[in-house]
Amino acid sequence: MYDLIVIGGGPAGLAAACAAWEGGLRSILIVERDQELGGILNQCIHNGFGLHYFKEELTGPEYAGRFIRMLSDTGVEVRLDTMVLEVTADRQVHMVGKTTGYRVEQARSIVLAMGCRERTRGAIGIPGTRPAGVFTAGAAQRYVNMEGWMPGNRVVILGSGDIGLIMARRMTLEGAKVLACVEVMPYSGGLNRNIVQCLHDYDIPLYLSHTVTDIRGKDRVEQVVVSQVDERRNPIPGTEMVFDCDTLLLSVGLIPENELTRQAGVEMDRRTNGAVVYENMETSIPGVFACGNVCHVHDLVDFVTAESQRAGAAAARYVAQNGDAPQRVLQVRNGDGVTYTVPQRIRPDRVEKRCDLFFRVNRICGDSEILVTSGDTQIARFKREHLAPGEMENITLPRVLLDKARDEITVSIREVEQA
Amino acid sequence: MYDVIIIGCGITGAATAFELSRYRLKVAVVERENDVAIGTTKANSAILHAGYDPMPGSLMARLNVRGVELARTLCEKLDVPYVPCGSMVLAFSQQEKPHLEELYRRGQANGVPGLALLTGDEARELEPNLSDAVVAALHAPSAAICSPWEYCLALAETAVRNGVQLHRNTGVTGLSPVDGGWLVNTDKGQMWARYVVSAAGVDCQQIHELAAPCPYTIHPARGQYYLLDKSEGDRVGRVIFQCPNDLGKGVLVAPTVHGNLIVGPNSEPVEGEDTSTTAAGLAFVRDKALKSVPSVQFNQSIRNFAGVRAVADTGDFVIDWAAPGLLDLAGICSPGLSAAPAIGEYAVELLGADGLALEEKEQFICERHRTRFKQLPQAERAALVERQTAFGRVICRCETVTEGEILEALAGPIPPCSVDGVKRRVNAGMGRCQGGFCGPRVVEILSRELGISPGEVVQDQAGTWLLARETKGGDK
Repeated sequence: MYDLIVIGGGPAGLAAACAAWEGGLRSILIVERDQELGGILNQCIHNGFGLHYFKEELTGPEYAGRFIRMLSDTGVEVRLDTMVLEVTADRQVHMVGKTTGYRVEQARSIVLAMGCRERTRGAIGIPGTRPAGVFTAGAAQRYVNMEGWMPGNRVVILGSGDIGLIMARRMTLEGAKVLACVEVMPYSGGLNRNIVQCLHDYDIPLYLSHTVTDIRGKDRVEQVVVSQVDERRNPIPGTEMVFDCDTLLLSVGLIPENELTRQAGVEMDRRTNGAVVYENMETSIPGVFACGNVCHVHDLVDFVTAESQRAGAAAARYVAQNGDAPQRVLQVRNGDGVTYTVPQRIRPDRVEKRCDLFFRVNRICGDSEILVTSGDTQIARFKREHLAPGEMENITLPRVLLDKARDEITVSIREVEQA
Repeated sequence: MYDVIIIGCGITGAATAFELSRYRLKVAVVERENDVAIGTTKANSAILHAGYDPMPGSLMARLNVRGVELARTLCEKLDVPYVPCGSMVLAFSQQEKPHLEELYRRGQANGVPGLALLTGDEARELEPNLSDAVVAALHAPSAAICSPWEYCLALAETAVRNGVQLHRNTGVTGLSPVDGGWLVNTDKGQMWARYVVSAAGVDCQQIHELAAPCPYTIHPARGQYYLLDKSEGDRVGRVIFQCPNDLGKGVLVAPTVHGNLIVGPNSEPVEGEDTSTTAAGLAFVRDKALKSVPSVQFNQSIRNFAGVRAVADTGDFVIDWAAPGLLDLAGICSPGLSAAPAIGEYAVELLGADGLALEEKEQFICERHRTRFKQLPQAERAALVERQTAFGRVICRCETVTEGEILEALAGPIPPCSVDGVKRRVNAGMGRCQGGFCGPRVVEILSRELGISPGEVVQDQAGTWLLARETKGGDK
């Protein structure tokens, strides 16, 4: 019997395990499917990680390395190369590994930290032939940075998510010609700093409101057709541009990997594609927590770390208190301009001083106000100069304000001035 | 000198090779591509039709009904995923009801068991997600679904274990009659055989024309599909058809043996083997499918694909002598998958009638087994990993496929030589991430086990290279 089993040894799992250890738990197991800890950070060899958390600029492996070192100072047990196959509602974890065999372990608490996967060509239905040479940006990143192989020489990138932007620069530095980055929305889905540092600095054109409408080539990609789209994202005939290339990289969104979560019977949020969580990242199953990209897709690993530390600390409290009675619950509702919030539920009695609330907006906004209301009463207001769907927002709600709220609070955006 | 050379190793060629492998004969199969099941066989609806559709008296009718009867035991013996889920044809108006009645009559004439005409409400009782607009349905409990490529692989693998020689990467370039048989010119050299059987799919007409003028024309017809995630896998429990029309059996919605939902096809004439999908084709399929089952969630799509069927202008299968000693198995469009084992059986019957001595082997292998880690109970999984640690390493997360299963396939009678070859044998990369995670690992395993550089590993057929070159590297 473990006090805590953490599923996934990426940034979320590492931070949760460290925080749970600090919180007093002494029997913790991390189960990691790869042969080393660190998760996707291991293939993110670019810098820009840790600006918020460590106040310095680290590469992905460096960022992971700091937490792996912290972990080595604890007594947390790690099983590598081990895949979790099933999590049950009564907190049994089925796992299998080459050296660890098939095992079923019982846990007092569980942190789900499995991360996310990339959307594929099939999910967005790009027509055309089906040759080799269409990769998700993350798979291409693995080939280049981990395996030492270039997946192609002339590249078009669909989607301006951060991984796609990073790969535009990476492929260029490795001698490939990146012909275009194509984004179906009228704005980029990635961080502004990546647009500048990965596209502008290398003269790679960004085509907003464009998409790939045909893939050509029998065996290997030979051409990609790009068309402009209208406001409803339908391709406009006559706007086709043909790129001669051998590779198409897709950076068209991330999907939290929640097969285990669903199987366990955890309540899910269709907006985040992750579990519905309370203020301490606890899911609808008591003692089961979710954090990091498995809960909602983050832009910055620093925020994954902070969220996962809360989950780990909460797991420690849960085990120490042996679970306690249910309390008053506030539902967090999405108002105008807000696509999701995490947490989706807040138990004010569990909030010590303040509660962080994360959310995304559905459009680019200039000078704006973030309004938090409960019924007809406004309980908080925050000002922002700029809001964008590609950048996760957060506000901090003091406990005293939450005490004022009735059964629910609503977060909405009011734009003071058009962007 | 071979007794028989079969051209093409799709489901038709494989079924014929399997049937011939029962007898003391020297048989070879030549396949142009680097793997079996790579043409029409891998890209169709994966349905074993009940047999009410073809016109009574046609080859299609006879071989369809016989084929699905054979498939029941064959799939069990050869460990091919097979689910006898039944099918339904829907009518959306009173005008369409006579179509159902006509299909019912044809089914009776063809000897299809268990057919029943249902009201709309009776149909919805069996399939709650059907549209309210359905006014009647024909229910055929004997229809089934299967894994078409594994069916083909199983037949081909068993044929090889029974002594049939499979020559992959061997395309036929010429056919000349010689004394007592045929000279088969291939891009790998010359071969001789008493009999040649053409199971060349879309290219049957071209093969025929190498030997003699061709009395029929093959019109390749393309069908486009959606494959949806397992989250949509139980949207329907049966194969749901609409009333057939001039364009084929119409768009169907069906579960797959792998737990997904398949939706398609349309039907459009194409040149050669153009298997590209189009925005218009996919939109057509989507709209038609929603008419049958309005709640299908197309945002759960994980893949689109298209297959090309070889439709002969005769309106039936063409199973006949192209020239003395050269047997055509042509125009094998739908219900070709359903009919396959019966086509094989019939082809052998024709060869025997023509003078090929059919002397049964004393030991004929008619079984096959492959490890499916995902489906094993807990205790068996544990014991398997204990015995062979490679079964403890999960390579494909979405489908829970282990390294052990990939190694088993590589040690099999027809080892895979591409990433998709691995996929067709063990399902790695078939799931919702479509190989995003396991692709690089499968490349690594193929590179290691085949003793080739990662740069030489292909996605599928020859020419589908994956990796261009090594990165610049640095100080090592």
